[in-house]
Amino acid sequence: MSQVSLTIDGIEVQAAPGTSVLEAAKKAGIKIPTLCYLEEINEIGACRICLVEVQGARTLQASCVTPVAPGMVVRTNTPAVRHARKLNLELIMSNHPQECLTCPRSTNCELQQLASELGITEIRFSGANPSYEPDLSSASLVRDPRKCILCRRCVSVCEKVQQVSAIAPQERGFNTIVAPAFLEPLGDTACVNCGQCALVCPTAAIHEKDQTAEVWAALSDPRKHVVVQTAPAVRVSIGEMFGLEPGSVVTGQMVAALRKLGFDKVFDTDFTADLTIMEEGSELLQRIQNGGRLPLITSCSPGWIKFIEHFYPRLLPHLSTCKSPQQMFGALAKTYYAEKSGIDPADIFVVSIMPCTAKKFEAGRQGMNGSGYQDVDVVLTTRELGRMLKEAGIDFNSLTEEEYDHPLGISTGAGVIFGSTGGVMEAALRTAYELVTGRTLPTLDFKEVRGLAGIKEASVDLNGTVLNVAVANGLANAREMMDRVKNGKRYHFIEIMCCPGGCIGGGGQPIPTNKEIRTKRAAGIYSADESMPLRKSHENPAVQALYKEFLGEPLGHKSHELLHTRYTARGKY
Amino acid sequence: MSHGCSCHAQFGREQLEEIEKLLEPYSGQPGSLIQALHKAQNVAGYLPREAQVLVAEKLNVPLTRVYGVVSFYSLFTTKPKGRHKIHVCTGTACYVRGASRLLNQLEDQLQIKPGDTTKDGQFSVDVVRCLGACGLGPVVTVDEDVYGRVNNGKLDDILSKYSRE
Ligand code: SF4
Ligand code: SF4
Ligand code: SF4
Ligand code: FES
Repeated sequence: MSQVSLTIDGIEVQAAPGTSVLEAAKKAGIKIPTLCYLEEINEIGACRICLVEVQGARTLQASCVTPVAPGMVVRTNTPAVRHARKLNLELIMSNHPQECLTCPRSTNCELQQLASELGITEIRFSGANPSYEPDLSSASLVRDPRKCILCRRCVSVCEKVQQVSAIAPQERGFNTIVAPAFLEPLGDTACVNCGQCALVCPTAAIHEKDQTAEVWAALSDPRKHVVVQTAPAVRVSIGEMFGLEPGSVVTGQMVAALRKLGFDKVFDTDFTADLTIMEEGSELLQRIQNGGRLPLITSCSPGWIKFIEHFYPRLLPHLSTCKSPQQMFGALAKTYYAEKSGIDPADIFVVSIMPCTAKKFEAGRQGMNGSGYQDVDVVLTTRELGRMLKEAGIDFNSLTEEEYDHPLGISTGAGVIFGSTGGVMEAALRTAYELVTGRTLPTLDFKEVRGLAGIKEASVDLNGTVLNVAVANGLANAREMMDRVKNGKRYHFIEIMCCPGGCIGGGGQPIPTNKEIRTKRAAGIYSADESMPLRKSHENPAVQALYKEFLGEPLGHKSHELLHTRYTARGKY
Repeated sequence: MSHGCSCHAQFGREQLEEIEKLLEPYSGQPGSLIQALHKAQNVAGYLPREAQVLVAEKLNVPLTRVYGVVSFYSLFTTKPKGRHKIHVCTGTACYVRGASRLLNQLEDQLQIKPGDTTKDGQFSVDVVRCLGACGLGPVVTVDEDVYGRVNNGKLDDILSKYSRE
C-alpha cells in the first residue's frame, strides 16, 4: 500500500493510510501526551489530552483518533495546543481526589505524571467529586471509583481482550460510573479476577487488594515459620520495580531480597510446576489410554478456571483435576515439608509471590485445604513484593545472588517456562516424549508453541501416536478454542493461560505491561530455562524424592488428596 | 401488548415468557438493544433484573451493556411505577417558583424520593426537566392531568384526590 506523507512540526513523515496522527508522530520521534489511549485496544478519543493543530481544521483534533491524510500539516506544540491540553487535564483533575501522598499508585500514575509533565501547579477548579465507597467485595481487586477518570481502558480490555465484560459505564452525566451491571459488587459477578483492568488503569481506580500488612505481621510473629514461594514469571519482572530493563533475570537477587525480608525459607513454585507436569502428564497419558475425556485442558491459571466455570460449565470435565502449582506447593509445605523438617504445620505460614491477582481468589477457593489447614495463607503480587522491599529499604540492585532453599526450591527449566504462554505445553511435551518413547529428546525446544500469538497449534509424534495440541492466551482466544472444541475439532491437549502472553503479562505484574515488555519478559523466561542444568521435569531429583518418600506415584492416593481438586459450575450473571 | 394499563403489573414467569416472545425478532442482534428494551419494558412498565438478563441473553449483549443503556436513558426504569405517576417539573422557571418545596412535601408525605414508588403501589414520583408550561410554574402532572401554579396546599388536595382512585 502506498504511504501517506504529511508534515508534523515541520518534519516530513511517512505513514501507512489509516495510521493515527499520534502513531505517525511517535514514529517520527515526536511525543504527544495521551491518557485514555491504549494502542489497538482503546482508541476512543475520550480525554482530549492528545490535541494537536491540523492546518485548515476549525478546531483542535484528538490525534489518537485522527487518521493521517496526504499533505496534512500538523503542529503538536503551539500555545493553543498547550493551553487546551492543560485545560482538559485541569477539568479531569477537578473531579479527582487530591490524595497522591497516600495513594497506592503514587509515582506510578499516569494522571499524576501528566499533571507534572503539563506543568499544572495549582488546582483552579473544583468539580462534583461524587463520594463513592470503595468496592472491597472481590478477593483480588479493589475498585475506587472516586479515582476513575472514565477513560474506559479497563472496559475495553475486559470486553475485547478477555471477553468477560464484567464492567462498563453505567448511569450518565456526573453520575457516570464504570461498574458492574446494577452497580453490583465486583466479587458477585463473573469477573475472573485477572487484573488486566488494573494493569491498564492509568490511576488507582482499580488496583490489587494489598495484603502486605498480613505478611509483615506473620514475619514479625516469632511463633510462625514463614515460607515463601515465587512464581516463574516474577523473576523476570520484579527488577522493573527497581528500574531494571524488563526481562532481566534476577532470580538470585530476588531470593536474597526475600531472605533479607525475614522469610524462614525461600522456595520456588517451579518445583511444583515440575510436579504438575508429572501429575498432569500422567493424567493425559491415562486419558489417552483409557479413552477418557479429551482434549485435556490445563488448570494452572485461576482466571481461566473461573472463566470456564462461568461461561463453559459443560466443558468442565475436560479440565485437568490438577491443582495449580501454587496450590500444590501450599499443600506440600504443610504436609511433606512439615514432616521432613519436624515443624508443626499449624505454625507454618505460606506466602506466594505471584504475577497474578486471580491467585488471591484461588487461595481461598473451596478445597484448597488438603493439608488440614488453608494451604496458602497470603498471595502477594509482584507489585506488592516490590513495595515491601522498598519499605524495608532493601537495595535490590546491589544484592549478591543467593540460591533457593532445599528441597522445595529445586527445579528445572521446564518449571520456569510455565511463566510464559506455551510453557506448560512445552514442559509437558519434553516429559511425555521421553516417558512414552523411552528415547532422549534430540532437541528440547518446541518452537511451534512459543511466542505471543493468541492461538498456536502443533502436532507431535510420540512413537507413532500423534498428539494434536493447542495453546491459547488471553480469554478471547480461550473462548475461540472452547468454541472449536464444542464444534468437534479434535485435540488431545490444550494449554490455556488467562492473561495475554501468559503469566509474564499477569494482572499483578509491574505497570506498565505492554506488548514490547511482554516480549522482553518472555525472552527472559526462555533464557532462564536455557541456563538451568536440568530442563525436564521428570529429571528433577527433588520431585523424584518426593514421590519416593511421600507421594508414592503420580495420580496415587496421596496425590489425589493433596494435589487434585474439583470445579464448580457457576452462573453467567 | 398493552401500553399504560399494565404499568403496575407484578413481574413473574408470565411476563418473562411474554418478553421472550417479543424478543424473538431481535435474537442475536446486539444492534437492536434499545428497541428490544422498549418492547420488554412495555410488558410490565419497567425492567427488573430478570428482564434485562433475558435481553442480554437473547441479543447476545453483555449484561453490563444492557444495564448501561437502561441506566443511561431516563425513559427506561428498573422499578415498577405506581398506579398514579406524579411528575414534578424542575425546569428553571418551575424551580425558581418553588418546585423543590413540592418535592420536599412529596418526600415527607409519601416517604419516597424521586424515582421511587410508594410501598402500597399507589404513587410514583419523578422529576422532569421542562414541560413547556413555564408560565404556569410550578407544574405538576399526575398521569395525563396537568396542574399549574401548584403550592403546598394545592398539592395536598391533589394527593388526597388520587389516593382514593
Ligand atoms: S490515582 Fe494518581 S493522581 Fe489520583 S491520587 Fe492516586 S497517584 Fe494521585
Ligand atoms: S479482573 Fe479481569 S474480568 Fe474482572 S473486571 Fe478486570 S479485566 Fe474484567
Ligand atoms: S477504572 Fe481506571 S481504566 Fe477504568 S475507566 Fe476508570 S480510570 Fe479508566
Ligand atoms: S488520548 Fe487521545 S483522546 Fe485521550
